[in-house]
Amino acid sequence: MADIQAEDKPKILVLFAHPYPHLSRINKAMAGAIHGLPHVTLHDLYEVYPDFHIDVKREQALLASHDVIVMQHPFYWYSCPSLLKEWMDSVLEYGWAYGTGGTALQGKQLVQAVSTGGPGHAYQPDGYNGVTMADLLRPFERSAILCGMTYGKPFLFQGARLKSSDDIAAHAAAYRQWLNDYPHPCLQPGCDQPAVPASDR
Amino acid sequence: MDGLLLNAVIYLAAAVIAVPIAKRFGLGSVLGYLIAGVVVGPWGLKLIVDVEAILHFSEFGVVLLLFVIGLELNPRRLWQMRWPILGLGGGQVAGSTLGLTALGILLGWSWPTALAAGLGLSLSSTAIALQPLTERNLLGTPGGRSAFSILLFQDIAVIPMLALLPLLAGTAVADGSGEAGWIGALKAAAAIAIIVFGGRFLTRPLFRMIAGTGLREIFTAVALLLVMGIALLMQLAGLSMALGTFLAGVLLAESEYRHELESDIEPFKGLLLGLFFTAVGMSVDFGLLFSRPGTVLGLVAALLLIKAVVLLAVSRFARLPWSQTALFAFLLAQGGEFAFVLFGSAAGLGVMDADTVALLTVVVALSMATAPLLVVINDRWIEPRFTQIDERPHDVPEDEGNPVIVAGFGRFGQIVARLLYANRIGVTVLDHDPEIIDTLRRFGFKVFYGDATRLDLLEAAGAAKAKVLVIAVDSQEASLALADLAQQHFPQLRIIARARDLPHAVELMNRNIPVIERETFHSALRLGEETLKTLGQPAYAARKKTLTFRQHNEELLKQIHAHWDEDMDKRITLQQQARARLQQNLAADEKAQEEARGLGWD
Repeated sequence: MADIQAEDKPKILVLFAHPYPHLSRINKAMAGAIHGLPHVTLHDLYEVYPDFHIDVKREQALLASHDVIVMQHPFYWYSCPSLLKEWMDSVLEYGWAYGTGGTALQGKQLVQAVSTGGPGHAYQPDGYNGVTMADLLRPFERSAILCGMTYGKPFLFQGARLKSSDDIAAHAAAYRQWLNDYPHPCLQPGCDQPAVPASDR
Repeated sequence: MDGLLLNAVIYLAAAVIAVPIAKRFGLGSVLGYLIAGVVVGPWGLKLIVDVEAILHFSEFGVVLLLFVIGLELNPRRLWQMRWPILGLGGGQVAGSTLGLTALGILLGWSWPTALAAGLGLSLSSTAIALQPLTERNLLGTPGGRSAFSILLFQDIAVIPMLALLPLLAGTAVADGSGEAGWIGALKAAAAIAIIVFGGRFLTRPLFRMIAGTGLREIFTAVALLLVMGIALLMQLAGLSMALGTFLAGVLLAESEYRHELESDIEPFKGLLLGLFFTAVGMSVDFGLLFSRPGTVLGLVAALLLIKAVVLLAVSRFARLPWSQTALFAFLLAQGGEFAFVLFGSAAGLGVMDADTVALLTVVVALSMATAPLLVVINDRWIEPRFTQIDERPHDVPEDEGNPVIVAGFGRFGQIVARLLYANRIGVTVLDHDPEIIDTLRRFGFKVFYGDATRLDLLEAAGAAKAKVLVIAVDSQEASLALADLAQQHFPQLRIIARARDLPHAVELMNRNIPVIERETFHSALRLGEETLKTLGQPAYAARKKTLTFRQHNEELLKQIHAHWDEDMDKRITLQQQARARLQQNLAADEKAQEEARGLGWD
């Protein structure tokens, strides 16, 4: 596929949240693979905010200057690592991201790049988790929609602990390609979700 | 040569024996030196006879003292003090001269003699008064500042007094007075101009050059040369040496070499002052005292009484707190070293006869010896009484019902208080450093001046109603005293304390202080954490390791506290065990995380 010119590509902010990236295989490889993409900003939250004290104004400015927000994180307890939740709680302020006058993120896209320890078939109605990834990621999807953003199809890597080094390398390369190929046609889920009426945001 | 060595050995031995003993009995170092002087002097063991020469030589200690004091006062602060100096100093000298001259006339002396005696006796001893003030860190208190203002005025006043003596002698004296008029004034002005110009423009390049050579002893030599040179210059111009070096000190107070100068001059100052006090002790003419005890003791009493009354009146003008009034009066009631100079000059001019000079010299020397005694009496019996009923108009903090009292507003307490201010929490701040207070008030902080270990001040600060007392004072003794006082009188106050070091922390733990923080602990941990990060550890991992270390260290502190009274070996074993355990734990944490990589999520 021919590369689209950098200036035509949407600006992508990768919010990377892994407390011990040096001990991770897949997330370390993924974060390492996306270096050098001119339209991608890698933002290592645990490195920048080890005290969990988030500079809200700085984060909001970062969000404002990007079109696509990628949350890259391992799937801890069916959710994100705690610092990313703290980031959401403090940065997505009422009156800025949502609520009266909260229009700063309108039209942007949120997408997740998640690695799970369990294999893909575990996240099925008949799998041992009993629910799908789409169900479990619902809080993120709803948050995006409340902020007037679209929610892109998650970029998943499942069964991480059983994967070979080759699998890891291949996935990291695919991640780079995936970010490079943006914008993706928005398929599902979330793109077809009706926007929240302004009066209820 | 042998004589010099022998004398030095005698002085040093006397000081080394007498001063620690005097200190031990709470008498202060000055009294120790005086006693040493009496013992080795012509009326004691007769080990030293040439008292006059020693006294003259050791007066240089006073010169150094004023230089060091000058170093701590920059021109701006001196200018702020102009009214106390002129008002209090002028009042004290005029009042005392008047009273003492009247006493002389009552005793039947001629009026020139009485006036010369009055002038000389109105002056106090800078060395004797300042030593206790600096020793107790009281120079910053209102009483200390007022006393210092008066002493400074006296140093200046001695110049016109010396100029006045030839006039008192009348027409009979012709020699030397030919120059006393405008030429003398010109010389004085020139000398001061040289000091001001040199101090401002020449000393800095000079010190920079000398400091650049890296030769420590040459720097000391230059410092001494500077002080001695100025003293000589002042002497040539007929001015007070002490005044000249004080001026030089003030001019150097803002230079970057201030602390180095201070620490270089300090030991010389201390030893020479000690020698001076010893010499005063030796110069007490016990022969005269024994032959005319009534006259001598009566005059000493009259001198002290008259000056103390004048000082009491002056202290009312200065609005001194009552608790400091007695000390203020006692410290300045004695006669001073300038009296010796003045009487010597008066005798030479024929204003006084030799007998009167001898008598007054004994009186002055004895009065100087009483000053440290009076200070002890004040400490033991007078000040404690007045402390209770003290009104302290300048010092009383307004009780604003603030929930927090911060004691100590230095580098440490400032951060605590500013955090609270920033969150609009009412804070009453107490500190005893006037410089800090003046600066902070200008920045709009409400800081009250006073010794936080005093019950009345704590009460005035609203300790009975406050919720939290933050003890952030520098001194460990003050910190512990304050903790005791607060626990005893204000049990509702929750105490949060800064610990200077481990023993201090243990002392605070012994008192069950609920919150204790070692002052360097957290900043050192931060630097350790940054080091881990610089070595390539991810920020969050470094943070976690640091926090784990902190937790272990705090537990170790509790154990150390529990075993504090046991022997050193036991404590060392304990620390070694704790260190090994911490290493194990940190390694185990790491291993658990590594295992999680394989078993858990990635």
